[in-house]
Amino acid sequence: MSDHAKLDSEDQTHVDWGTYKWVALILFVMTVVEVWVYYIPAFVATPWFVPTILILGAIKFAIVVMFYMHLKYDYKLFRALFVGPLTIAVLILISLLFLFGKVAIHFS
Amino acid sequence: MATAALADAHAGEHHYTSTGLNSNKIAIWAFIGSECFFFASLISTYLIYKGRSVVGPFPHEAWTDPATGKVMPAILNIPVTSMSTFVLLMSSLFMVLAHSAVVRGDRKYSKIWLLATALAGATFLGFQAFEFTSFVHEGLGLTTNLFGSTFFVLTGFHGAHVTAGVLWLVTLLFIDYKRGLGPRDTINVDICALYWHFVDVVWIAIFALVYLIR
Repeated sequence: MSDHAKLDSEDQTHVDWGTYKWVALILFVMTVVEVWVYYIPAFVATPWFVPTILILGAIKFAIVVMFYMHLKYDYKLFRALFVGPLTIAVLILISLLFLFGKVAIHFS
Repeated sequence: MATAALADAHAGEHHYTSTGLNSNKIAIWAFIGSECFFFASLISTYLIYKGRSVVGPFPHEAWTDPATGKVMPAILNIPVTSMSTFVLLMSSLFMVLAHSAVVRGDRKYSKIWLLATALAGATFLGFQAFEFTSFVHEGLGLTTNLFGSTFFVLTGFHGAHVTAGVLWLVTLLFIDYKRGLGPRDTINVDICALYWHFVDVVWIAIFALVYLIR
């Protein structure tokens, strides 16, 4: 086995079945919580509903990327190739929402 | 015969860049990076036009059908979509298990988990087909209102990505049955897995932003 081939197989061996199982369980529980809060009208009416859904979604997103896509253990170049465009895309999305008046900051 | 042997010897060979990293893996990460822009543009369009539809059906609010005068419920079916989300999340687990089996050279479990991933992807597509069909029956088409246009384009493109992923998985499964996937195929399965997980994370974002946030 060449050094390169060795690197390719080694960088995937940091995560075991136990980790995958816990990640799946956490993702399942977080999805249940997301749907559960959706059906609580009193909570939906509060200003906490949207941030809760956004935070839960962001955590699920990060967990899949870190553990299932192995970005937590993989090379920095791969991390840069994903996190760089993702950051720019999210900033553009937020900028567009401000530009079209979907979100606003009130200074008083 | 010599040519066939040479071709076979080259089949497991991977190409490396000056960084020392596999060029195929760099390419898939660059592709996934570009896909972030693609889906961000579709999600932005959905969010910008959210709540600006003049006529129903609406995603989270009841609406009156002008033809019949009947009050219709909100069109999004959260229980069904929650089920399809669960199926897609589980498909990601099956995919990492398939990848793990290929790395170990376990031909039995590589087949089982690849098949499970492809079936979960196909089930997700079945849920989406059911959702789209029921929406059309309830009067929501691509040109009905701004919600219909942005919703069908966003979720339709995601569904197209899932379809491509299922075809990719079926191809890997076919190769596994033909000659068996082993440690030398790790990179090829890894690239497919990265694509599949990306499709999953895009759905995590769509589920939160489109289905749950009112």
